[in-house]
Amino acid sequence: MSALRTANGFELDNSGRRIVVDPVTRIEGHLRIEVNVDDDNVIRNAVSTGAMWRGLEVILKGRDPRDAWAFTQRICGVCTGTHALTSVRAVEDALGIMIPENANTIRNMMQLAQYVQDHLIHFYHLHALDWVDVVSALNADPQATSALQQSLSPWPLSSPGYFRDLQNRLQRFVDSGQLGPFRNGYWGHPAYRLPPEANLMAVAHYLEALDFQKEIAKIHTIFGGKNPHPNWLVGGVPSPLNLDGVGAVGGVNMERLNLVKKVIDDSIVFTEQVYLPDLIAIASFYKDWTYGGGISAQNLLSYGDIPARANDYTANGLLLPRGAIIDGKLDEVHEVDLKQRDDIQEFVSHAWYSYADESQGLHPFDGVTEANFVLGPNTQGSKTRIEAVDEAAKYSWIKSPRWRGRPMEVGPLARFVIGYAQGKPEFKEPVDKTLTDLGLPLPALFSTLGRTAARGLEAQWAAHTLLDFHEKLIARIQNGDLTTASSLKWSPDTWPETAEGAGFTEAPRGALGHWVRIEQGKIANYQAIVPTTWNAGPRDAQGNIGPYEASLLDTPMADPEQPLEILRTLHSFDPCLACATHVLDAEGSTRSAVQVR
Amino acid sequence: MTASATSVLGVGNILWADEGFGVRCVETLERDFELDEQVTLVDGGTRGLALLEPLAAAGRLILLDAIAFGGAPGELVVVRNADVPRFVGQKAMSLHQTGMQEVLALAELQGRLPKELVCIGVEPVTLEDYGGGLSSLVAAQIEPAVALAVDQLRNWGHHVTRRTRPLAEVTVNVGALQREPYERGRPSAADACRIGDARFMQRSA
Repeated sequence: MSALRTANGFELDNSGRRIVVDPVTRIEGHLRIEVNVDDDNVIRNAVSTGAMWRGLEVILKGRDPRDAWAFTQRICGVCTGTHALTSVRAVEDALGIMIPENANTIRNMMQLAQYVQDHLIHFYHLHALDWVDVVSALNADPQATSALQQSLSPWPLSSPGYFRDLQNRLQRFVDSGQLGPFRNGYWGHPAYRLPPEANLMAVAHYLEALDFQKEIAKIHTIFGGKNPHPNWLVGGVPSPLNLDGVGAVGGVNMERLNLVKKVIDDSIVFTEQVYLPDLIAIASFYKDWTYGGGISAQNLLSYGDIPARANDYTANGLLLPRGAIIDGKLDEVHEVDLKQRDDIQEFVSHAWYSYADESQGLHPFDGVTEANFVLGPNTQGSKTRIEAVDEAAKYSWIKSPRWRGRPMEVGPLARFVIGYAQGKPEFKEPVDKTLTDLGLPLPALFSTLGRTAARGLEAQWAAHTLLDFHEKLIARIQNGDLTTASSLKWSPDTWPETAEGAGFTEAPRGALGHWVRIEQGKIANYQAIVPTTWNAGPRDAQGNIGPYEASLLDTPMADPEQPLEILRTLHSFDPCLACATHVLDAEGSTRSAVQVR
Repeated sequence: MTASATSVLGVGNILWADEGFGVRCVETLERDFELDEQVTLVDGGTRGLALLEPLAAAGRLILLDAIAFGGAPGELVVVRNADVPRFVGQKAMSLHQTGMQEVLALAELQGRLPKELVCIGVEPVTLEDYGGGLSSLVAAQIEPAVALAVDQLRNWGHHVTRRTRPLAEVTVNVGALQREPYERGRPSAADACRIGDARFMQRSA
């Protein structure tokens, strides 16, 4: 090529300078991005490469399906619980196992706590530094910072002395030369727009969020029996309810449930007095930075999650919406069925795998994961040192999943827009309020900032929904229902010779599906499509570009050697590559190399 | 002497061969030794920021990990206090992009670094064996590493006694993932590809 229009309507031109960012920092796993910029440093072509081999499925072959959750929990260090939940649901679906009401409630609480925790960590520790200049915070006036904080919310940590102490701590940390988490920043970059006081306030909340996310983890410890790898169970949840108990051992007792309540209350306060006000305050300085929408205004997918009642996995039974929006038509939300073999398919024409016929996609039940690391004729460099990939050929370890042939964006923005399109007030009202507060029209939602805002609104929704389920759990316990697991079909003797099932969740970063085939009590095939596969996947045989790729197009860069704008948009997806691909950064370096060719 | 709270934290990904060393050490410590209530064992896996919790909870910390520090394959090394962050930063390979170095830096910025920090590391032999267990050289260092951890715990005043018979049910890690069932249940090489991308699977020199 040099210039072409893709099947999904994006103009690409790879004739300009090529910029390579490898690896993209502050994410889990190894992502490489190559873009071409025109003479005005506007991105005109984008190529997303998952730079590692993926191997989750194959190591499960022959294992006991009741143990699969524990293996999937080890794929990466971020969505451990979400993988475990997806796995037990897949096995329960295959074997027709019903779980008790309390088990559903507790699983929902684990998952909702994960949303609050993950979104907080994402916003403050992975993404905020794309908008907040840490070094500029050193020049802030603590008095003015205090006034700013007090104008935004009643959050108590707001005195001038508090901010002065923090600034001194930060100064000592920077002076010590070991910048740690702040090491790879593009401090002083012209795309940073916040005044020093807003930067200092955000740094304060960065540290407060770090402390608070540990509190949220207590919900996982209490219900999962231990942390940071909580236990899960096919047929229910592992920790019994034991109201007579005391302390942290021997099951979940009232004292523990009261602690859970306190964490939920604190989550609501932190989300509403710190996270959301920060989001609005930061966004108000970047209102005209409208880039990064990519395919979000066209195609969005959510499997849905948080069943209101146990074992009801229908679209109507899910509190977090399920559905697909295609071709930008918000007036029609399509039904989504994970077992429909023509709907969800993975293609490998641009991925380092081989299929017998690569013009066709495969549903995960028929999925094949066979590596085929070959490079196209226009690759620059060698197999062990690629300088620029050839996007006309295979160029990623991530497959290209498609829904009815279309690339789909997944994640909090997809969930909120689908809920919005379905007219559900719990999703529509906060979106409308946020847009009104910022004075922005609905299309502004389909952007990098829209993605980031939806995540914050979802954290607030999750914290309140947590409270609902806590009340439900207490009410059932008071009515004498202490059942948390069903062992009716625990024994493989009760299983059919062969069975297949699909499990789904909405991971914090988007739709997650596991597909399992069980033969003679063992796993015969296991396939997963993770959210980052949907978002970071490469082009397909029809030439449709993927969500990451599309989101970078038309973005102007202030300085291509300091690709802050690229990081900003990619981070808004909350990338997590460790399970989308599979690992190994031989240099172990988190320092991003940027090459301009 | 009464000891304050101590955590023994094993980190690394058990799915990547010798990367599982730290977790296996913690399993072995629980299986073979009785510890006083002030000692908490943690299988940290690759949980990154989630490890701030055990770090903050501990007055003292023993960290067990596989670290390519340039020693002979299977060599053990003990590093203390201020030397630990730089040392774990040398880690040549990590699944967890929020590596231990960054976790320690964040803990320091928060003013929550344990007052004593000891890292017991092993030089890995192989990491490029997905779904695999420990190499024999590294596996042979579990007992010596655990012995070093036990000595350190006793130095800090903890009550540590060898069990008369090993604990039947280790709880720090779930049964199916413990070393013996994990390694025994491994699918054949024909069923499960064990190597990967030449660019990323190469050991650094």
